[in-house]
Amino acid sequence: MSLHGKTLAELAAGLRAKEFSSVELAQTYLRRIEASQPELNAFVSVTEEQALAAARVADAALGAGKAGPLTGLPIAHKDIFCTEGVRTTCGSRMLDNFVAPYDATVVAKLKAAGTVMLGKTNMDEFAMGSSNETSYFGPVRNPWNPSLVPGGSSGGSAAAVAARLAPAATGTDTGGSIRQPAALVGITGIKPTYGRVSRYGMIAFASSLDQAGVLTASAHDAALLLGAMAGFDPRDSTSVDAPVQDYAGELEKPLTGLRIGLLKEFFDKGLDAHNEQRVREALAVYEKLGATLCEVSLPNLPLSVPAYYVVAPAECSSNLARFDGVRYGYRCENPRDLMDLYKRSRGEGFGAEVKRRIMTGTYVLSAGYYDAYYLQAQKVRQLIAQDFSNAFKQVDVLMGPTTPTTAFELGAKTSDPVTMYLNDIYTIGANLAGLPAMSVPCGFVGGLPVGLQIMGPHFAEAKLLNVAHGLQRETDWHRRIPPGYEK
Amino acid sequence: MALTPEQIESIAHLARLKLNETEIPAYRRSLSSILEFVGELNAAATQDVAPMAHPLPGLTQRMRPDEVAETDRRELYQANAPQVEAGLYLVPKVIE
Repeated sequence: MSLHGKTLAELAAGLRAKEFSSVELAQTYLRRIEASQPELNAFVSVTEEQALAAARVADAALGAGKAGPLTGLPIAHKDIFCTEGVRTTCGSRMLDNFVAPYDATVVAKLKAAGTVMLGKTNMDEFAMGSSNETSYFGPVRNPWNPSLVPGGSSGGSAAAVAARLAPAATGTDTGGSIRQPAALVGITGIKPTYGRVSRYGMIAFASSLDQAGVLTASAHDAALLLGAMAGFDPRDSTSVDAPVQDYAGELEKPLTGLRIGLLKEFFDKGLDAHNEQRVREALAVYEKLGATLCEVSLPNLPLSVPAYYVVAPAECSSNLARFDGVRYGYRCENPRDLMDLYKRSRGEGFGAEVKRRIMTGTYVLSAGYYDAYYLQAQKVRQLIAQDFSNAFKQVDVLMGPTTPTTAFELGAKTSDPVTMYLNDIYTIGANLAGLPAMSVPCGFVGGLPVGLQIMGPHFAEAKLLNVAHGLQRETDWHRRIPPGYEK
Repeated sequence: MALTPEQIESIAHLARLKLNETEIPAYRRSLSSILEFVGELNAAATQDVAPMAHPLPGLTQRMRPDEVAETDRRELYQANAPQVEAGLYLVPKVIE
């Protein structure tokens, strides 16, 4: 099998067996990135020199028998994570020239584990988007069909892993930004429990929702990487001080007796009939493995999108106030006075969708509107969280589709923001309730991948990965590579 | 509910965003439709519901002792600033 056809776990075994070196591995992927860039635009920056230097260090460690499980494995980082000495743009003109002075905790941990960073992946500006069309650096395209979007906001990471430009990538998920693109390009993605992975050095969008995770080919790969990323970080005040489970160690547990709840509201109108069929086929695999299915209703879930589009813009309007044209980032030419400097630097530095969300947030937090919008949204959020916690009294995991349809055309939803927002209808609930959730490939419709979503109670990451791995032992959807990228 | 052009200008001012003439009608349309959409929240019965304060039940933001934990890295941080002089950030004159 070609190098790029292997999973992270298989590559780790190959490095140990000296079938190839970390430098050879990095070179293979760097060549693939370069060749793909005109078509996919998955990367904002490629860090070839640093990658080869890190790979040489990894090869020395492997040779000396001092390697850890991830030593020498190449990965890509979403350009939302600060990387010391490397440009970190967050997909924005505002940070086009920003060189991060420190590493995000996620980056530092994966570096310490011996991984080799290939580059920084393209994304929706400040992670605000569901199609990767809001990036200042141009849209990312779907490797299954370049006239379609890869989803967003972690669209560059998703396209990179799907086209095997990197065996794995980091991502962030505020309303579905790992799971939705993972589904639309046919890979595995996990958003852990809120507070499980440190947000230090991860550029903030909506702080009560943001969480870092991974995009990989398989659940096994996700378990390896997440295990190295998760854990308490005193530098993030929302980081939870709880031990990290042995994700890889739990993968092979049998699924006999697993109680699966089917989210009634997710199989309602709006779900494409062919997508539904693929999801139901995956559910049948679980039944064959000894799981039981029952329907579960979360009556407040349909309000998750409107609740999110109050809470997330409110938090973004506050978080993005730091971009003032004074301390870092873009500054306008010849400001007349301080107010002009603020307004033009921000007006010119931010793109249309970011400005839309800042203004929405400013409005819903402003005097006279706070109670009607923000407070009401936080109450609805509580109702949604209660719905989930009631459901988890009856079932171990919840399942449903990740997205209503397969990938859509570039430009199809850019004229109406509400239509675009509704693309996240199945993913937002987990963020509002702080729950772990993942998407795994479960088949194709018209040559395009479909994702199955699996959600669990707080800190059930090991269970989710175990359940996802169970499906991947029985199916090979996660092994499919887009036709143009097989060789 | 439809926002007026004056409301858009007032929101943009509060958010410290300079909008050009063509942006105002576009944001008027899209913000109005977003507010109409999120207005669906009013249908929920929330009289006795406490607003969510933290996504994890029972948890609040952790406190830390007020101690010096970081070293001075001013030069490194100011390398990203648009304009600095003698270790100070430069902005247009504020006081006449």
